Order: sequence, then C-alpha cells, then structure tokens
Amino acid sequence: MKKYIFILLAFVGFSANAQINTLTPGTSAPDFKLKNVDGKEVSFANYPNAKGFIVVFTCNTCPVAKAYETRIMELDKKFAPLGYPVIAINPNDPEVSQGDNFDAMKELAKAKKYSFPYLYDAGQVITNKYGAKNTPHIFIVSKTATGNVIEYTGSIDNDQQNNNPERTLYVENAINALRSNSKPLVNSTKAIGCTVRRKAVK
Amino acid sequence: MRQLSILIILTFTASFAKSQSLLSLDQLEKRLQSGRDTVYIINFWATWCAPCVKEIPSFEKFNKEHGLSEKVKVLLVSVDFISDRKIKVIPFVKKKQLKSEVFVLNEPDQQKYIDRIDKNWSGTIPATLFVKGKKRKFVESEFSYLALEKELQNFK
Repeated sequence: MKKYIFILLAFVGFSANAQINTLTPGTSAPDFKLKNVDGKEVSFANYPNAKGFIVVFTCNTCPVAKAYETRIMELDKKFAPLGYPVIAINPNDPEVSQGDNFDAMKELAKAKKYSFPYLYDAGQVITNKYGAKNTPHIFIVSKTATGNVIEYTGSIDNDQQNNNPERTLYVENAINALRSNSKPLVNSTKAIGCTVRRKAVK
Repeated sequence: MRQLSILIILTFTASFAKSQSLLSLDQLEKRLQSGRDTVYIINFWATWCAPCVKEIPSFEKFNKEHGLSEKVKVLLVSVDFISDRKIKVIPFVKKKQLKSEVFVLNEPDQQKYIDRIDKNWSGTIPATLFVKGKKRKFVESEFSYLALEKELQNFK
C-alpha cells in the first residue's frame, strides 16, 4: 500500500510539471460551473442568448494581466451586446499566489466595477482542462449546433506595453470574423504573460 | 595620476550608463556577432517573475567565476515593461548589487520577438539562450549554477 501511495505521489509530481496541453481551435470547449465574485455560480448555460464567449484566464497579481485589465473590460463592453460576453477565470492557486485569493478577487472586481463574472477555479480544474499557460490567456468559444467550440486561443493583441505602432487586435479580429460567419484568419497566438501559479508539489 | 583617475571615472561612468539600458534584438544580434569566440549566456527575466529572481544568483556566481577570465559573457535581459525600467529594474539591480550586464528589452511586438529568439519559445520566463558563433541553444526553464557549468562545457 505504501508503495502504491509513493507511486501515486510520484505521478502527481510528474503531471504537475508535465507540459500543459492547451486546447486548440476546433476542439470542444469544456463547460464549467464556477463560483463568481458575487457568490453565484456561472456556466455557459447562464447565457442562453450568447453566440459565444470570450473566456479570459486572468488574475489580480500579474503585471501583464494588469496592463490588459482595461482592454479586457473594453472587450466585454464592446462584444457582450453583440453576443460575445467576457467570462474571466482566475487560474492561479491562491496558496501559491496569495494576492489571488477569493477575497482579493472580490475586492478587485468591485473596485474596477467589472461588468463580467470573475470566477474562482477551485483546484485549478478548469484551468488545467483548458490548459491555460499564462495570464492573460484568452479562449474564444462559439456556440454551434454540435456544442461549444474553441475558435481562437492566445493573446488579446501584440501590444503589451501600448507602444506597438503595428498592433494587431487578435481577439477583436477573431470575433469580427465569427460575426460574419467566417473563421478567424489568425486562430492561435502565444499567450504571453505570467506563468499560471500551479500548486507546488511537496 | 590625475589622468588615470579621470580615466577611471570615465570608464566607470561609461559602464554605468551602459547598464540597464534598453536593448533591441538587432542590437543584441550585433553584440553576439562582435564576439564570435565568446560564449554568451542570455537570460530572459523580469523583476516580477519569482523563479527568475530566484535563479539570478546562479547567473551572478557564474559571471563572477567565468566572466572575467574566460570568453564567457552573461547578459541579463529583462522583459519588464520599459516604463518600469527606472522604478523597478534599476532599483532591483542596485539592491541585489548585480555585476552582470543588465538590459531591458526594447521590442514592441511580443509575438515577433519571441519567435525571433526561438520558434519553440512559449513566451514563459525564465528562459536562457546560449550562443557561440553560429551555435545556439535555447532552454525554457530554470537554471542552477551546476546546470550552467554543464551547459558551458557543451559550448567550449
């Protein structure tokens, strides 16, 4: 039995450090039921009229996530009325990254008056299902006859510091393509930011 | 004597002014081409990246052990925001009394520069690039001092 536990622990250790597999465009987008900062649970089913979703793995603590916060808020203002609301999920383990605990999330969402849910992913289950690597990491999902499908994954744009004269708005472009019934021209970019803080292996 | 002290002051000022300055990838490439028989160890880090900050002493020790006597050069290239150079990077270098050369990357397009450094780089830091002439190796993980030593042997 002891041996078994040891093997099991070794496996857990390995898998935590193993390559994170990010869901790719064309694959199905797993649904979830996660607790929002207002205490209510949120899933795709809460949005019967949505055409799709902008799922954003973001957090309180990462400077890159902070730099993108306003842009995430603007995406929701612009695209929620068009059928593509933002759903933000904090992927960080609050024990490893204390500034990302549920109370801190509540405070931030309130202070910044988020117009979208900011969900707590207990045990990082959904984070690992999607294979979120960094914050922020975006997945655009569309509702289809055969279920929810990933259409784009990666960064919001290629202009972290607001100083790129040739910036490309990947998320906006992708949604505009979907709205005109075509596929995004660019459906995958690198999600650049801070590594998702995963539970340390003891 | 007086001339010598002026020279020392000038050299000191010059090296100080050079430190923690902005660096584009073109400038980095130029630098790498200037010393074809030198092993360059280019570490990409940021003040906000905990594992990066943790491994910096290994690079510092490595620079101390090899940097002066051999053709080995450690370059610490920060990907902190340019606007954080004065308020975060420079104070960090001072506080930790870093002796390696430190730069702040001056590239506006993350998707572009990451691919240019290495196609397989996911963008995660810390990441380290080893260059000697045309030989290159890119590693997207943390380094201990011993692991750096081992890598250097492969490059000599």
